[in-house]
Amino acid sequence: MGNIAGLIGISIGAVLINNFVLSRFIGLCPFFGVSKKLSSATGMGMAVIFVMGLASSFTWLINSFILQPYHVEYLQTIVFILVIAALVQLVEMALQKYSPSLYEALGIYLPLITTNCAVLGVAIINTGLNQFTGAPFTFIESVVNGIMSGIGFMFALILMAGIREKLELADVPELLDGLPIVFITAGLMALAFLGFSGLNFFS
Amino acid sequence: MLIPVVIIGVISLILGIGLGIASKKLHVFINPKISEILRVLPNANCGACGYPGCSSFARAVAEGNASASGCIPGGPKVAHAVADILGVSAGTSEPMMAVVHCKGGTKEAASRAIYNGIQDCYAASIVGNGSKVCQDGCLGLGTCVKVCPFGAIQISPNGVAVVDADKCTGCGKCIKACPRKIISLIPVVHKIYLACANHDRGAKVKKYCSVGCTACTLCVKATSSGAISMENNLPVLDYTKTENFIPAANKCPSDCFVDLVSVRPKANIDTKCDGCGACVPFCPVPGTITGEKGLRHTVNKEKCIGCGLCLDKCPTHAISVWGAGSSMKTRQSGQRKG
Repeated sequence: MGNIAGLIGISIGAVLINNFVLSRFIGLCPFFGVSKKLSSATGMGMAVIFVMGLASSFTWLINSFILQPYHVEYLQTIVFILVIAALVQLVEMALQKYSPSLYEALGIYLPLITTNCAVLGVAIINTGLNQFTGAPFTFIESVVNGIMSGIGFMFALILMAGIREKLELADVPELLDGLPIVFITAGLMALAFLGFSGLNFFS
Repeated sequence: MLIPVVIIGVISLILGIGLGIASKKLHVFINPKISEILRVLPNANCGACGYPGCSSFARAVAEGNASASGCIPGGPKVAHAVADILGVSAGTSEPMMAVVHCKGGTKEAASRAIYNGIQDCYAASIVGNGSKVCQDGCLGLGTCVKVCPFGAIQISPNGVAVVDADKCTGCGKCIKACPRKIISLIPVVHKIYLACANHDRGAKVKKYCSVGCTACTLCVKATSSGAISMENNLPVLDYTKTENFIPAANKCPSDCFVDLVSVRPKANIDTKCDGCGACVPFCPVPGTITGEKGLRHTVNKEKCIGCGLCLDKCPTHAISVWGAGSSMKTRQSGQRKG
């Protein structure tokens, strides 16, 4: 049970407390780029969840069975980038084949996941210590952390897209129209998410 | 030192092979024309074509949903390049140009009112169908000028829209824009058209336009192969029948025709001709070059349209062009440019 409680802790931590976009400020490029429409935000979020989950498991395996035994942890950045890039390519090809409409909707942002620091970020965080258990991440924990971080990313993306769709109709001062008002909105959202850092069930 | 190199090398190799297999398995056929078109587009993603970016415009063109000349900043050069990729201008399809079927400006055509409203043909035609007595005349407010992506249309000082043959690409945007529906496409080679769209009877037309067609049918009689027919009191020129329209244009008592070539040159065959007949099949007007095989051929000056297509076809260089001067050169270059 303690294991499940730990996983729930990781999930809440990844989605709300340490939300990638709004608390860690990682992966901001797609956050501003793909949050114009709710439908493409959902698609992008799904792609990120998928890539993050896959990347977490692969990078954890590579880290614990190849990098750590040979004491070459310093290679993790380049190896992880390699793995993530290949994964994104794979996802892109699969999307183009099986879901052309989603491929259209994501457009140029799909290759952007390749260099999305959120995906690399979750892989690197997984190599560190689990803040709830104080021990290194297990395989299950790192996969859950990856998927939940992706869900947190999608959550922020969808919130932003919902706000931006409403914002289209708002009477925004000319100087702030477009990206500036979105930056301000993102700042306010981050401020709101600061409230979640008070959530502390497990320590 | 060796271990990290091997690790990275092996991981990259596995990933590379995996991606290679995946790209074969998950291969999606994409119309190669899309990327080809994308290459000739300016890739400014300006959105002037009405599509979100150059790539979506390229897709729309390749699928036949957009016109090849839809790229406005690209201009005629890009339009031709795109058309070449699509194979539109290749082969039998002829280069076309737009012409305005009206030459009755403020001097020739009578007005019945002074229009002071919005300077737009649509606006003017809503107010009592324009200020001209002629219900088919060019309003001269430049709606077609505004839509032309190539800047090929101008309003003459006389108040009639005139198309510049060198700039027009035949995209047809002005045809849709004209509320009077008096713009149409003609093959560039001909450069001759009827500049009147009025369907009224002759006596009536004479009262309000000095260059209006009176439906006298003299032009119909001047052509032999039935390339001009009368429809609703107006001659209709059939450009598909390779016909020389010059005699018909010269016969018109109201001077309704417009010949874009100011001096029509005539071909001439001199004594060097050995009667091989090599030039005959290249002449677009049948029966212009005549003669028995082995004897010197002659050009029927009435029929020759001075296109110059026969010039370089003669193996003995016996054909020259008279009365051409510089206009001959411009005509030929214009023709090739299409």
